[in-house]
Amino acid sequence: MALAIPGTTGNPDTNCYDMSQSIQLHTFHGGLKLDGHKAISTSHPIKTAELPATLLLPVQQHIGQPADVIVKPGEQVFKGQKLTRASDYISAPIHAPTSGIISAVEERLVPHPSGLKALCIEIQTDGKDKWGEKVSYPDFRNTDIVTLRNHIRESGIVGLGGAAFPTSVKLNPGRSIDTLILNGAECEPYITCDDMLMREHAADIVEGMAIMQFMLSAEQCIIGIEDNKPEAIAAMRAAVKESELAAEVVAIPTIYPTGGEKQLIKILTNQEVPGDSLPADIGIVCQNVGTAKAVYDAVIHGQPLIDRVITVTGEGIAQPQNFLALIGTSMAELVAQAGGYKPGVKRLIMGGSMMGFALATDEIPIIKASNCILALTEVEQPPAQPCIRCGKCEQVCPALLLPQQLFWYAQAKDFDKIQDYHLFDCIECGCCAEVCPSHIPLVQYYRFAKTEIWNQEREKVKSDIARERHIFHEERLERLKKEKAERLAKKKAALKNRPKVGDAEAKKSEIEAALARVKAKKEKQTTTQKNIER
Amino acid sequence: MIIAILSISLLATLFGLLLGVAAQRFKVEGDPIVDQIDALLPQTQCGQCTFPGCRPYAEAMAAGEADINQCPPGGEATILALADLLGVDPKPLNEEHGEHSDVKEVAVVIEEYCIGCTLCIQACPVDAILGAAKQMHTIIESECTGCELCVDPCPVSCIEMVPLKQRIEEWRWPYPEQPAIQTRTVTT
Ligand code: SF4
Ligand code: SF4
Ligand code: SF4
Repeated sequence: MALAIPGTTGNPDTNCYDMSQSIQLHTFHGGLKLDGHKAISTSHPIKTAELPATLLLPVQQHIGQPADVIVKPGEQVFKGQKLTRASDYISAPIHAPTSGIISAVEERLVPHPSGLKALCIEIQTDGKDKWGEKVSYPDFRNTDIVTLRNHIRESGIVGLGGAAFPTSVKLNPGRSIDTLILNGAECEPYITCDDMLMREHAADIVEGMAIMQFMLSAEQCIIGIEDNKPEAIAAMRAAVKESELAAEVVAIPTIYPTGGEKQLIKILTNQEVPGDSLPADIGIVCQNVGTAKAVYDAVIHGQPLIDRVITVTGEGIAQPQNFLALIGTSMAELVAQAGGYKPGVKRLIMGGSMMGFALATDEIPIIKASNCILALTEVEQPPAQPCIRCGKCEQVCPALLLPQQLFWYAQAKDFDKIQDYHLFDCIECGCCAEVCPSHIPLVQYYRFAKTEIWNQEREKVKSDIARERHIFHEERLERLKKEKAERLAKKKAALKNRPKVGDAEAKKSEIEAALARVKAKKEKQTTTQKNIER
Repeated sequence: MIIAILSISLLATLFGLLLGVAAQRFKVEGDPIVDQIDALLPQTQCGQCTFPGCRPYAEAMAAGEADINQCPPGGEATILALADLLGVDPKPLNEEHGEHSDVKEVAVVIEEYCIGCTLCIQACPVDAILGAAKQMHTIIESECTGCELCVDPCPVSCIEMVPLKQRIEEWRWPYPEQPAIQTRTVTT
């Protein structure tokens, strides 16, 4: 079902729907109109956060294999210097965000829903902000694509939309790409970092897109932005006009979650990405606008991914705004620079109000995936009631799932059935839980089921190994037993053969000697016995 | 009449032969149900189920001589999977065999006390202990299933079970609190 372009569902007070917009828009199933809470953090321009005295960098900030640490405590590092080495194809290194001394390489609290510790590198900054070696390729059109891809990989660039998947992997799709999409939808309430980045750095983003277009040889370039960001749309349109890139900036209706990769692709191209495949399988690559800016910084200026724009917002923050902050800056420091907390903060969240996760403390660093710090004063979570099978959840699910069935099987811990209902297609958008009249924490059930299934898969691998080792162990025992039996049999045979050689006398003396031995032993035993009795 | 009887008996012999041949040709090696059950067991080989290992327990279950709720290391997940496979109702773990713990444990040798007697090596069902006679022994953490079978044989009690450190990548979201079941208090 195609939508009439000058949005009937669009925001009525903005006329960002350009009549020249040639792309026919489509819709995805479900979704919600949510209160955006965006204006509270867009009145200030992006502020460069102060250089903190210490930076704490978790080693693992991406999806994939951890990287190996290549620095030691006490070592001087310079801005942009690599601190870890990617250990695998799907991996990304981290870099020193400024110059200073490595003060620790140890386990610290990191932003993670578990509240557990993980390996981190701590830097005492020296305030000089002195750059190390810089590698850049300003003339990227005359550079080998493999070189560019390696450069992006070595610059530690990961998807900045929140998933933190290594960008170089996405830029190596292994087939021809028709469409490159820049995701500027930013559909989740409260978050405005992409909006502000587009307003202030549109030209850099477009240049970053040009680099990716060149690398992928994509025929078509589309930039999708929700129509609640007219300033960003205008800025991006102006930047595209200035550039050589034939991209189209498309205003899309504000319906959560338009920013979901598969949802955005559906809106812009009407193509469905099948459950178990990637957009690249249907010739599409989708990147976040922040990622495009990071690619630009790395390729044109030689700056690896060492900072990002982050929104500090919510009713519990005195002056909500966006910061350009170094990765590793403590959340507490950013909150302080945003005027501190207002009274009555009930919950601190990393990410937005729909997909973010609660934090137990603000004494943790921001990481590459941190797009927002949200302090909420009102958190209502009425007690859950039994499911009444109203079907509301199903109507809003953008992934075309049956949330009530998923809930049912998650609750019953039936992990086979729940996968038959495509649990792993769930994007955890939270639409179902938002509309559920019984206030069932549905997403929590799905997250529980997903991590439980992964755990069972790991356990299965382990138990298979244990079974093999056990079989091997049994075989080894069996073999040893057999060898022992064989040895015994041989000895017996040898003994049998011996007496034939000796004459009768020798045999006699042998028997005598044996008797004497027995006698001696007996005597000794009686004495020891006596000793005991005494 | 005779023709009918003849043709029916001919058909019967024919099908009989066919079935016989098919049974020979498509004969299944091993006992698939035992394999299927064994695949669901944690392979700790701890013997808490009263059988000398996971496979013997699987064989007993297949023969209907053991219940599905006798494996403490597997716990609820294993019981549910077994119930599903065998088409019976799940039941809670039989506490007589031990308690299920979500925290995994591994054995560690307190190395300064180890006398190198090799008794633990002989006890370990998965060969997870390295060492030779009169030399200090070490346990390969990644291979240890936590069965505790090595603890008792050690003459100097130098093997300890320690909880395995929770790694952030292996962390699991907790089971949400149950939705409140509406209860009505009847007041008279
Ligand atoms: S919205 Fe809630 S109550 Fe309604 S069917 Fe879905 S889970 Fe059940
Ligand atoms: S959280 Fe999952 S099940 Fe619920 S609406 Fe979103 S995609 Fe559908
Ligand atoms: S080392 Fe000990 S606890 Fe670990 S598997 Fe071997 S016998 Fe069991």
